[in-house]
Amino acid sequence: MFDSSTLLRQRFAALRSTAELFSLRHVKQSHQSLSVRRNVAEPPFFSQDEGAMLTVRVNGVEAYAATADLSQAGLQRALEQAEALARRIKASSLLDLSGQAAPSGRHDHVSPNFEQSLPKLADCLDLLAAESASVPRDERFVDWQASLGFSVVEQTYLNSAGAELRHAQRFIYPGLGVTASDGQDSQSRSLGRENFGQQGGFEVVERCGLVGAARRVADEALQLLLAPNTPAGQRDLLLMPDQMMLQIHESIGHPLELDRILGDERNYAGTSFVKASDFGHLQYGSKLLNVTFDPTIHEELASYSFDDDGTPASKQFLIRDGLLVRPLGGALSQLRSGLDGVANSRACGWNRAPIDRMANLNIEPGEQTLAQLIAGIEHGILMRTNRSWSIDDARNKFQFGCEWGQLIENGELKGVVKNPNYRGISADFWRNLSAVGDRSTFQVLGTPNCGKGEPNQVVRVGHASPACVFRQIDVFGGDA
Amino acid sequence: MSTAYQQRFESLLDSLNAAVQPGEQFTLGYSAEHSQFVRFNHAKVRQAGLVSQASVQLRLVREGRQAEQQITLGDDAELDRQRLHDALAQLRQTLPLLAVDPYLNLDYSAWHSHSLLEQPLPELDEVLALVEREAGDLDLVGIYAAGPICRGFASSFGAFGWHQANSFNFDWSLFHANGQAVKANYAGQAWSGETFAARLRQAREQLAHLGRPAVTLKPGSYRAYLAPAAMDEIAGMLCWGGFSAQALATGNSPLQRLYNGDAQLSPLVSFREQVSGSLSPAFSDEGSPRRDLLLIGEGRALERLVSARSAVEFGQQANGADSYESPCALSLAPGNLPCEQILERLGTGLYISNLWYLNYSDLPAARMTGLTRFATFWVENGQIQGPVSTMRFDDSLYNLLGNQLEDLSQEREMILSTSTYGQRSTGSSHLPGALVKGLTLTL
Repeated sequence: MFDSSTLLRQRFAALRSTAELFSLRHVKQSHQSLSVRRNVAEPPFFSQDEGAMLTVRVNGVEAYAATADLSQAGLQRALEQAEALARRIKASSLLDLSGQAAPSGRHDHVSPNFEQSLPKLADCLDLLAAESASVPRDERFVDWQASLGFSVVEQTYLNSAGAELRHAQRFIYPGLGVTASDGQDSQSRSLGRENFGQQGGFEVVERCGLVGAARRVADEALQLLLAPNTPAGQRDLLLMPDQMMLQIHESIGHPLELDRILGDERNYAGTSFVKASDFGHLQYGSKLLNVTFDPTIHEELASYSFDDDGTPASKQFLIRDGLLVRPLGGALSQLRSGLDGVANSRACGWNRAPIDRMANLNIEPGEQTLAQLIAGIEHGILMRTNRSWSIDDARNKFQFGCEWGQLIENGELKGVVKNPNYRGISADFWRNLSAVGDRSTFQVLGTPNCGKGEPNQVVRVGHASPACVFRQIDVFGGDA
Repeated sequence: MSTAYQQRFESLLDSLNAAVQPGEQFTLGYSAEHSQFVRFNHAKVRQAGLVSQASVQLRLVREGRQAEQQITLGDDAELDRQRLHDALAQLRQTLPLLAVDPYLNLDYSAWHSHSLLEQPLPELDEVLALVEREAGDLDLVGIYAAGPICRGFASSFGAFGWHQANSFNFDWSLFHANGQAVKANYAGQAWSGETFAARLRQAREQLAHLGRPAVTLKPGSYRAYLAPAAMDEIAGMLCWGGFSAQALATGNSPLQRLYNGDAQLSPLVSFREQVSGSLSPAFSDEGSPRRDLLLIGEGRALERLVSARSAVEFGQQANGADSYESPCALSLAPGNLPCEQILERLGTGLYISNLWYLNYSDLPAARMTGLTRFATFWVENGQIQGPVSTMRFDDSLYNLLGNQLEDLSQEREMILSTSTYGQRSTGSSHLPGALVKGLTLTL
């Protein structure tokens, strides 16, 4: 761990610059993807990536240069390129950052069980092959796949104010999916994949429940293929955590990103229906809604001690008792807006600059068990596992679809329905939150695939949530 | 600059050829760029930087087994060679742990392909000055990305491909004080300050239309004209498994029913993978020469994109598709609607410049949902009445490009991808606009 630190320190100390502030963010990451599809192991894929971003501040203007040339000359060259660029854009620059404080802390953050050995490649492939082989023989099963992804990331941030902040993190992504088809219709059921990832060791695979799950997942895909379509109409909607994460992500997370509110993302990711003046005033949801930025749940995907600009991270309420209180904005956005934010300035790697991102964005648990949530619904539907997502550029009008639906009548779960979709408007939807599950319904989930930014970046985000009930939501099915 | 990337790649290739052992085969992909990225907000520079990156992807094959490794390269030839040899060693250790891959399918041909386009790019100062002169008083937001992009491929069978081009892509929006916006883009390989200035002025003129009072529509079915940029979003959804041999064989394609012969599109619809003449490399990521393919002809499914792996797994002929079987240069044939008649032929309905955030609400039915974004207008009797507030549609492709399709425009737009996930894209699409009799709005 941190094998590069000594050399990086020496090289950083030897850099020469006239900038009032400069920093180096070195990122080294490796990844391994294993998969067995339809009982055949796909070629294993490995990657090794390493580089550094040099950022300078000259007369209040910042610019960066990213390079994989980590020699002394290579780093010096990148630093000089960044300096020259900062001087070049001075007359056109939107921001004067002369007044922004520079971080100067020193800290190491390490994932739980970071140094625990993982099973050997052959054992992992055996595990995946066993899951694949346990999908029953039935010609309606047209596709199935079991997969494991392992990523290790080490990052070192150094700056001319004396900061030295290091992260060593390991991320595990188990996945399983089965598709059943009758030639006309296809229905898929999955476990993990884009909806699950955690920091840690092999215990993450156990927590995901991958081992031994294939037969159940296949059976559920077949049930969906044989199920009727979701009936259209208004129903109470019980969302399980693996759909809640998407609901939180799209209709709370993105609209609360302060750089969107400040207009940076209007050409690509979009803007927000939330205004800077709404913080402290807007009743975002019902009184049951409590949303936190929480980097302290160790296994959650985006737990860390400092963000990529060096701001210390701590748990903060963004929405308390339904009232909007704090945006997702890092140090720069806080300076620009005058609002208090959180430590969420993040980059996907050494070749992209940090911007406001979600990190861990969670809903705090309530007081009802799942049985109580269901019992409280007269005419409703349970949905689980996201499969489709679409929301407008202000993050208001949304339509989401799930893999699995189950009707609820008079407080009891009834039959399975396919193609469960629902739509609504963020500004109203959360005010219809009528019940929040307790800790027994709470799951720590996350996705490695949150896209945003120009140039584009994909980052890991964590979402932990209980099951939740929303009153009178428009639900509907598919065409077939 | 011009040949430095290729020399580095060839040097690595020489080193690899010397290191492989009898019985080993390899493919080596290469990707590099030196990019300038400048973000704008309020017509000022919000963030600016340079990114210099290069990587190789090594696939090692021996006795029917294969594994791949991608490594980032630095600027030190000796260090890069060492990294490549380390990757080779790791793959060597891995192969004996694997079963024989029944879908391994190598292209043994020693094809050669070379393309080098080095049109000069503008100095950043010129770009900044033009933005200030033409849009300094406007609320412009967007990104300018420019620099050389390289893709290379070589194999132990003697295949060698090189693609290198300077390119730029300025993608921006102009915002009206009322929150409405118009989207514009100037991208290509041959920069012209005059053309860029003209595009900026054109966007400024379009902005004036957005000052009218916004029109709010109720859900329902509306006549609509989808401009090429809006069609690009729909085409993008089809690229998501639509033509993929694997997706079609495993129930995961939105065009399943079309390829099964159970459904068809309008006879006006002919989609091609038109690689020749596009900005994409002439070879796939798997190392096969790409081919132009007629995917849908007059509304009926024809060829599909078949990777080497799918060819074996599903008993088909590989046709130069990338491993992920997505088009890189999708082209839709033009129709008969002249540009100057679009509003007149639309009559009363929606003029939709852009769509946003599409996804499937029922994939096997090719039913998709998404939203209007940027300049969308309500038109009555061929006259623009005002901008339309954001609306959601939810409709099947078999309607939009099937029984509801009235015509396609005669003029098409070449749309160069603005994607910069991981690296700058070389993808493109060539699309007309579409006049549809009914588009279902739901929210």
